[in-house]
Amino acid sequence: MTQRTPVLEVKHITKRFPGVVANDDVNLALYEGEILALLGENGAGKSTLMNIIYGLYKPTEGEIYVKGKKVEMHSPRDAIALGIGMVHQHFQLVPVMTVAENIMLGAESVKRGLLDVKKVAREIQELSHRYHLDVDPYAMVEDLPVGVQQRVEIIKALYREAEILILDEPTAVLTPQEIEGLFAIMKRLQEQGKSIIFISHKLKEVLYISDRIVVLRDGRVVGETTPAEATQERLAAMMVGREVILTVDKKPARPGKVVLQVEHLKAHSDLGEPALRGVSFQVREGEILGVAGVQGNGQTELVEVITGLRRAEGGKVFINGEDMTNARPRIITQKGQSSHVPEDRHAYGMVASYPVADNLVLNTYNLPPFAKGISINRPAILEHAERLIDRFDVRTPSPLTPAGSLSGGNQQKMVVAREFSRPIKLLIAAQPTRGIDVGSIEFIHKQIVAKRDEGVAVLLVSAELDEIMALSDRIAVMYKGEILDIVPREEATRESIGLLMMGVKRDERVDEIAF
Amino acid sequence: MHPSSTRRLLRSLLIPILAVFTALVIGAIIMKLAGDDPIAAYKGLFQGAFGSKRGWATTIRKWSPLLLTGLSVAVAFQAGLFNIGASGQFIMGTIFSVWAGINFPEMPIYIHLPLALGLGILGGMLWGAIPGILKVTTGAHEVITTIMLNYVAALFAGWTVYAGGSQGQKPGPLWDPTAKAISRTPPVVESARIPFIFGPPYRVHWGVVLALLAILLMAWLINKTTIGFELRTVGRNFKAAKYAGIRVGWTVILAMMLAGALAGMAGAIETLGVNFKFAPEFSGSVGFEGITVALLGQTNPFGVGLAAFFLASLAAGGAKMQFDSGVSTDIIQVINALMLAFVAAPAIVRWLYRIRKPAEEEEGVPKISWGGG
Repeated sequence: MTQRTPVLEVKHITKRFPGVVANDDVNLALYEGEILALLGENGAGKSTLMNIIYGLYKPTEGEIYVKGKKVEMHSPRDAIALGIGMVHQHFQLVPVMTVAENIMLGAESVKRGLLDVKKVAREIQELSHRYHLDVDPYAMVEDLPVGVQQRVEIIKALYREAEILILDEPTAVLTPQEIEGLFAIMKRLQEQGKSIIFISHKLKEVLYISDRIVVLRDGRVVGETTPAEATQERLAAMMVGREVILTVDKKPARPGKVVLQVEHLKAHSDLGEPALRGVSFQVREGEILGVAGVQGNGQTELVEVITGLRRAEGGKVFINGEDMTNARPRIITQKGQSSHVPEDRHAYGMVASYPVADNLVLNTYNLPPFAKGISINRPAILEHAERLIDRFDVRTPSPLTPAGSLSGGNQQKMVVAREFSRPIKLLIAAQPTRGIDVGSIEFIHKQIVAKRDEGVAVLLVSAELDEIMALSDRIAVMYKGEILDIVPREEATRESIGLLMMGVKRDERVDEIAF
Repeated sequence: MHPSSTRRLLRSLLIPILAVFTALVIGAIIMKLAGDDPIAAYKGLFQGAFGSKRGWATTIRKWSPLLLTGLSVAVAFQAGLFNIGASGQFIMGTIFSVWAGINFPEMPIYIHLPLALGLGILGGMLWGAIPGILKVTTGAHEVITTIMLNYVAALFAGWTVYAGGSQGQKPGPLWDPTAKAISRTPPVVESARIPFIFGPPYRVHWGVVLALLAILLMAWLINKTTIGFELRTVGRNFKAAKYAGIRVGWTVILAMMLAGALAGMAGAIETLGVNFKFAPEFSGSVGFEGITVALLGQTNPFGVGLAAFFLASLAAGGAKMQFDSGVSTDIIQVINALMLAFVAAPAIVRWLYRIRKPAEEEEGVPKISWGGG
């Protein structure tokens, strides 16, 4: 392989931001027809490297070669001209335009001064056919499922004659079945001679799809391997720099009294559309109820309604037998003895400019010993912070460091420290490990299980199916604002949950097979 | 003090000091271009403010209203609100206190003066509450509503002292009939006047001490109380505030009431300690200067105190500057405006002096975007 000229090669790339070295002397080669996985934790420098290759950042040092020729890129336009296409994690599509219109944006076909949509549509159909992408050029983007929108992004790159495709965490938003579909497409692209850089932090996927794996840590390439040689454990160790236990040890659950009871809950999304269409379930002491589902099926709204951040339009929420429907967040946390690890820690979970110490009392600042009357007791807040920082292993230079300057994993540990250190009966954890490093994930998972074993009722909402499978005692699957089914963990498989996530109910499935 | 907080304090002083320096340099260039002598002008300015007992007295007298309107803008800033309405709140404070001051001639000073002062504070507070309530209930942006309420306050105040017209228009309720065709109120009675610390010709009154106490009170309130924690949390991240169980809407209204109370207090002190009456020409540009003071002071109460003192000295030294060097006092307005521009757009100062932006946004001034509702 090495004797061939790589289609893309970066040499000695270093990128410095004020105070941070995001990429440190990175070398990387991509060969024709290859799927190269770039593995690394958040903050390892994957995205920075890809943004350099896509012309969004200029490297501080180092060179980029495309097909053996040194290139200089000033913008994505240059990258596209060189045959490099990128599918971002957050799609860059205009929802109210058709597929064809989206694809021609910035590369419009013009006939007699007018847009030639027909020609573009024809070309899309051709591409779609050749790569088995199955996309209707005239469909409105907002009507398409996420998996299809992603294919639109891929076609967009192909339409611009990309030979090199960068897929940035493409599986993060997909159901297991959609992921399989994506992998089939990637194989097809590979057969047709396209070269792909696949960015991920999911070990299984990387092992399944790639030809070669490059691991980044702290901005440096720390290893290169192939799926044949690697195991999940070895890859995780390379990513983190130490041995990691990937499975969660837990004893069987011993559920007690009902702590959280939700009955026929209804709520609207921010856009005023129905987001919860009558959701009912219970969570008992000493059990973890996992809520699985593709993002955007009402999970966010469900957590917000239970925690008092969003109005319930119908139905009831009982905590410890008390009606807490539409109660204020303070009543729910303090009287309901509940904790909430919010899904979006930057928006809800913390104040970035506040010191860690203040963030650790964000919702208890008004209680003794932190306040006497309206007077705040600084020494008590500091002492509390030092204790929690130590106990939850929050890596911060000092309790007075602004929370915003900590790494994502440490910010989340800070939030977890605050929410887990109070005496509680109910824990609501939404995407508790999103975007954080494997080491912190391991730690937070252990803490969640420990809370369960103390007899706390845990509602775990996660888009990571592996997390749901690893932690839950029962699994509820949400689809379009409803809970399709609640299954005991022992009866659940990735496939059965995956089908539920796509809206296929168990009985319907039987019909399908019988048919 | 913790070493990193000392460093942060020094860094927070950097931008304001450079902004002042740059404004003074540009002011000098403008004077030079106009054929004036900037050295003489600045010398006159300094001597006017600090060269004599009277200069000092004037600086100190002009200090308190700037300080209070500066605090008014700063406290709103802490809650993420941009109070452009200190001017209107100042005027309402003036009107409320002057009403109390010209009535009740029989009252003893220990009742009359606190009443007049208190009503002034109340007037400003109520006027400040309106944009807060409008924001919370309708989402109307406080920048728009406070500007509009400034006009309403100025015109309302003008009407109260209107001298009446020759075509039989009725005079305003607070108009002084002995003033004939002049629109103004009668003088505030003796028992509602703030006593002097140093009497005429210095005329430094105890209101200055009240204003200085307000700094301490605000510093305590913002940094050492749960109310301050709530204000700051709402200002920095209102979603996190909601999550933390803080009543965001109420906090916004409270912040605007506090802001209004401080500006109203400025108006009351000016009325009861300096002017002893109200006339439309007193309606305060001091409310707008409060914005400069608050930003120059980085919304920190003590910083606001320093910034207000500096602006007061510019105002106090202007007359001597004009007398000594022939440069019009208008140049002071130019310098004020330049300072405001530079502190409001710190990127310019950073670019000018090649200062790196701090890695994490941790400046004292919270972002002033708050999504309404």
